[in-house]
Amino acid sequence: MSQLLIAVALMLLLALLLGAILGYASVRFRVKADPLVDKIDAILPQTQCGQCSHPGCRPYAEALAAGSDDINKCPPGGEDGIRKLAELLGVEFKPFGADAPQPKAKAVALIDEATCIGCTLCIQACPVDAILGAAKQMHTVIASECTGCELCLAPCPVDCIRMIPPGSELTNWKWRYPTIPIRNVSSGATR
Amino acid sequence: MMPLFDFPGGIHPPENKAQSSATPIRQAPLPPQLHVALRQSMGNAARPCVAIGDRVAKGQLIASADGRLSAAVHAPTSGVVSAIAPQPFAHPSGLPELAITLDSDGEERWIERQPLHDWQQRSGAKIRDFLAQMGIVGLGGAVFPSHLKLGLKLGVSPLETLVINGAECEPYISCDDRLMRERADAICDGIAVTRHALQARQVLIGIEDNKPQAIAAMQAAAAAHGFGVVAVPTKYPSGGAKQLIRILTGKAIPHGVRATEHGVQCFNVATVYAIGRAVLHGEPLISRIVTLTGAVEAAANVEALIGTPLDQLLALVRPHRDSHEVVMGGPLMGFTLPDLAAGLTKAGNCLLVKSPALFPPRPPAQACIRCGDCASACPVSLQPMDLFWFAKAKNFDKAQQWQLFDCIECGACSYVCPSQIPLVDYYRFAKSEIWAAERDKNAANLARQRHEFRQFRLQRDKAEKAQRLADKAAQAAARQAASHSAAANVAPASDPKQAAIAAAMARAAAQREAAPLPEQHSSGLNDAKQAAIAAAMARAAARKAAADEAKAASGQPPAPPPSSSGLDDAKQAAIAAAMARAAARKAAADQARANQQPDP
Ligand code: SF4
Ligand code: SF4
Ligand code: SF4
Ligand code: SF4
Repeated sequence: MSQLLIAVALMLLLALLLGAILGYASVRFRVKADPLVDKIDAILPQTQCGQCSHPGCRPYAEALAAGSDDINKCPPGGEDGIRKLAELLGVEFKPFGADAPQPKAKAVALIDEATCIGCTLCIQACPVDAILGAAKQMHTVIASECTGCELCLAPCPVDCIRMIPPGSELTNWKWRYPTIPIRNVSSGATR
Repeated sequence: MMPLFDFPGGIHPPENKAQSSATPIRQAPLPPQLHVALRQSMGNAARPCVAIGDRVAKGQLIASADGRLSAAVHAPTSGVVSAIAPQPFAHPSGLPELAITLDSDGEERWIERQPLHDWQQRSGAKIRDFLAQMGIVGLGGAVFPSHLKLGLKLGVSPLETLVINGAECEPYISCDDRLMRERADAICDGIAVTRHALQARQVLIGIEDNKPQAIAAMQAAAAAHGFGVVAVPTKYPSGGAKQLIRILTGKAIPHGVRATEHGVQCFNVATVYAIGRAVLHGEPLISRIVTLTGAVEAAANVEALIGTPLDQLLALVRPHRDSHEVVMGGPLMGFTLPDLAAGLTKAGNCLLVKSPALFPPRPPAQACIRCGDCASACPVSLQPMDLFWFAKAKNFDKAQQWQLFDCIECGACSYVCPSQIPLVDYYRFAKSEIWAAERDKNAANLARQRHEFRQFRLQRDKAEKAQRLADKAAQAAARQAASHSAAANVAPASDPKQAAIAAAMARAAAQREAAPLPEQHSSGLNDAKQAAIAAAMARAAARKAAADEAKAASGQPPAPPPSSSGLDDAKQAAIAAAMARAAARKAAADQARANQQPDP
């Protein structure tokens, strides 16, 4: 009988001890931010363009985490991005809507420096502070920081900003997918 | 006889070296114009340090290294800089690269050469710096700057074994073979310098046993220095650095680990030759030996200046009429040159002319039959058929898990594949896709940081503006109170008190105004950012307190400038917060003292 009591007491003690440790750990090591939002945000391309109708990628990530928006709203992420989101969130892949903005090739903004009047409107629009300039001074885009969000195009009163494809260089050149060269066999194939 | 080790896999393709190795090294004629590309190593292209129209001497520095992995570039001959512009470049992309075009004056007038005569008394670091100035890069093909290989932190100090790579395992190429036969003494001088710089205990020179003359010449030259010359069995790719180290020392260097950590370092024979020329003769790397072979009349090895247009080099050996493409490097690892107007680079060990007769086109690829031949040929013990499958399906994560980046692109697997699958093309494709994804990821991280910082900056500006307004209001209130009290003849001691009350009210108002902001965007900002905002507000509050009690708060530190780089935000914010806290505390204490003093 006493053995039973000892066993029960021991178990109780152990349970209390472990419970206390767990309770302490859950307070001490609490994960503050919502990890799902971070995970989604890591997939989003950070173009910060607002095409998803959220004021930036993070708010879209929050909306996705809350389940209040669809996964096919981010054109800069491309279909690849949708696929990754679908995988992370455990939902079906969903193509871009037919009348929604479609993905396009990445480009960077270029300010025509001769036309720029130095109004600073584009600086205020740029979500990543990629434009350098000051009032009544010529402005310029730091190409390596530009995400290609196009938010600076509309505010420019003299329409001197345009998007150009980023230059092809050795540092960003890629090997092509191996394909079988197509040979013209029409002369031999007629027989 | 020391024991030799073996590496897994490997193949025995036809050697085809005799065509070019029979005749001595010839001097290529001086070209009228040279295109010296600025990208002569891994890493950044060098930065030109001459201007168009400048007259330069042979061996003069014309572009200096830009960053760690970059290498300096020197004028291969004397002449006039006629252009600094993009030129065709020896690279599979066919993209032009910035090059310095030099019109040679035919004088070959050297700059004053400054050898490092007392290298034996110099430290490894000094020799390393000297080689960096001389633009020495690995001439085996990877063009890794040599001084970095001397400078790596030694895991086992001093270095146990210095391996000199004279294996030259790829078919057709014979430039190292001829170099060893003809200039063995100079190579050994270079080895001696390298050994001194690395403080290596022993030197092993590995040469494939299909080059008996080179072995004999090197043995004769190395005997005086006490270097070991080892004939290694002919098997491709024994000339891979890790493979040769494995053969000679039995050490398998895992991926991502530097050979020095295992007490070994490996240099190509042509590289140590260049090191010797630089240190003993003061000659920077401005020429190299190139094998010109394949579908040509008279295959040969020529010593050519860097920047010599490749078509002029090829003209020396008269390519066959039916030749249709030229490969730089060997048949297994080389790439097809997109434009023969490009200048010779430091990486150009061989120009292989291909003709349909000599190199019949590869039959169309069939499906993989999973025969496993590729796996047994792979020198790194990978599973090429699986890598191929993942690369083809663009399943890059999986390819990386299966050690895609251990692949040395030796081409052994493509060579043996009975289905004629161009396996290496798939690996190159997959690797460059993975690198591109990595770049995108970094760009996204940067954009995220900059966006968050911008958000923080906007809020900070807003908070500071609100604070300024509150300050003004407080001052106005204080003035009003002062005039009021003066008019009412109240004791002057209450003045500061009333001002303090007014200030506190203004502060509270400002806090009310500013407080909702962080909450509103709290999700977008991490703790560090919030701390920074709090710090900015605390700073503003401290400034205000200081303004109220101007004489008491003389010890307030200047507010640190807001960090502009997103990286150090956390640290800087923490420091700023701590400083602001301290300042606020001090100001409060001073204020309390100031308030106390008039009371008694
Ligand atoms: S649409 Fe633009 S703002 Fe929205 S998640 Fe994509 S990149 Fe970010
Ligand atoms: S410069 Fe223009 S396109 Fe580029 S990130 Fe800024 S607002 Fe977007
Ligand atoms: S050698 Fe070719 S066919 Fe055989 S398993 Fe490898 S890839 Fe497949
Ligand atoms: S190319 Fe890569 S996978 Fe193929 S045999 Fe060589 S190391 Fe192995």
